[in-house]
Amino acid sequence: MLQQNYLPALIYLGIATAIGLALLAIGLIFGRGQKNAAKLSPYECGFEAFEDSRMKFDVRYYLVAILFIIFDLEIAFLFPWAVSLDTVGTFGVLAMGLFLVVLVVGFIYEWKKGALEWD
Amino acid sequence: MIALLQDLLLGFLPEFWADVVITAIQIVMLTIAVILCVAFLTYFERKVIGYMQNRIGPNRVGPRGLLQPFADVIKLLLKEIIVPRRANRFLFLTAPLLSIIPALATWAVIPLFPGFVIADLNAGLLYVLALTSLSVYGVILAGWASNSKYALLGAMRSAAQIVAYEIAMGFALVGVLMAGGSLNLGDIVAAQAGGVSSWFFIWLLPLCLVFFISGVAETNRAPFDVAEGESEIVAGFMVEYSGAAFALFFLAEYANIILIAALTSVLFFGGWESVFAGWNWLDGTWLEFLREPGLFWMVAKMVFFLFCFLWIRATFPRYRYDQIMRLGWKVFIPITIIWIVVEAGMFTLKLGPWSA
Repeated sequence: MLQQNYLPALIYLGIATAIGLALLAIGLIFGRGQKNAAKLSPYECGFEAFEDSRMKFDVRYYLVAILFIIFDLEIAFLFPWAVSLDTVGTFGVLAMGLFLVVLVVGFIYEWKKGALEWD
Repeated sequence: MIALLQDLLLGFLPEFWADVVITAIQIVMLTIAVILCVAFLTYFERKVIGYMQNRIGPNRVGPRGLLQPFADVIKLLLKEIIVPRRANRFLFLTAPLLSIIPALATWAVIPLFPGFVIADLNAGLLYVLALTSLSVYGVILAGWASNSKYALLGAMRSAAQIVAYEIAMGFALVGVLMAGGSLNLGDIVAAQAGGVSSWFFIWLLPLCLVFFISGVAETNRAPFDVAEGESEIVAGFMVEYSGAAFALFFLAEYANIILIAALTSVLFFGGWESVFAGWNWLDGTWLEFLREPGLFWMVAKMVFFLFCFLWIRATFPRYRYDQIMRLGWKVFIPITIIWIVVEAGMFTLKLGPWSA
C-alpha cells in the first residue's frame, strides 16, 4: 500500500487545494453584485479611510517573532531526542539537561529584560 | 470494501495508479466527513451555547433546526466576495486558501480507528506541527492584503498569539513524544493501550491541560479571541472578507478546532482505545464488547473535547491581550519546561509510562 510514504499526504494537499479553489470559484461565479465606491472602501467604522493602512506597528510583535524562532528551533532539537529517549539513556538525558539549562538561562534573561511585557 | 475496490481497479489500472485512486477516494471521503462535522459543529455550538444561556438556539430550518448549517453554507457561498479597492487582490484571495489547505491536509496523519490513516508517516507529529504552523500565514496575509487598519491590527495580534501558544504546544508535544517514543500518531495510540491507567494524561496532566488550552488559543476561540473581538476590532483579520472567502476562513477555523479535539484524544486520551479496555473481568460476559477499541471511542472523546470548547466559550469572559501573552509566555512555557524535566526524572527512575 501507499500508506508508508509521503505520497498520500501530497495527494491530500492537492485535494485540499482543489476544494479551496472550488469554493472560491463558486463564490466568485455565483456571488455577483453591484460594486460602488463606498462598498469597496476599507472598513473604518463609517469614517472615510484616512492615511495608508499599512502603518507602523509595535516593535514587540517583531520581538515575539524572533523569540518564537529561537524556541521553535529548540523544540525542533528536542523532538529527535524525545523520540530516541530509550536509546540515548541517562547520558542523553543529562546532555539535553545541559542544553535546556542554557536555554532557560536565556529565557530568564529575556524575561528580566522585559521582552515579555505587554502593557 | 477497499479490497473489492482494489480488485475492480486493478482490472484496468497498474497497481500504483490503483493505489493512488483508492487513496484519493479515501481522502475525499474523509474530507467530506470533516466538512460535515464542521457544519454540524456550528449547529452544535449554537444549540449548546443557546441552552447554556437559557435560549433554545436555531430551531426554524428543518426539524429542530438541523438544516440550519446547510442554509448558512448555501447563503455564504452565494454571497458576493467583496475585494476592497486598495487591497492586494491576489494575496487577498490566496490568504483564505492558505488557511484552509493546512487545516484539511493535517487530517492525513490522524488515525481514526485501528488500521485507518491516510498517510502512516513516521514523522506524523512533525507533519502536524509543520502544517498547523502554516496557518499563521493565512492570517497575516489576510490582514496585510486587506489594507484595512482593523484587519492589520487583528492579524498582528492573532499572529503573535498563535506563535506564542505554538511554543507551549510544541513543548507539550515533546512531553508526549518522550512518553510515546514515536512520532507516528498510530504508535502513540498503541503506546497507550491497556485501559485508562496507561493513557498519557495521567502522567502528563499539566502538559495535557497546556496542550488543550493552547489549542483553544491557537484557534482564536473565546476566551482568547481578542484577534476578532467584536467589541474592539470588529472581526480582526477577517473584517474585509465576505461570502465564500469568509466561508473558507470559517471552515478552516472549525476544522482546526476538530483537529485539536482529535489530537488531544490521540495524544493524551488513548485515541481509539476503549475507556473500559483495562476491565479484564468483563471477559466472558456479554459486556465484553465494551473493551473493543474502535471509531466510536475516538468520536466520543472528540465530541467531549468539542463540547469543552463550547463550554469554555460560554463560561469565561475574554482575556485582555497582555494577559494572553503573559499566560502563553510566562505561565505555559515554564510549566511545560519544568514538566519535561520532571519527565526526564521519571524516565531515569523508570516510573509511569517507562515502568515496563
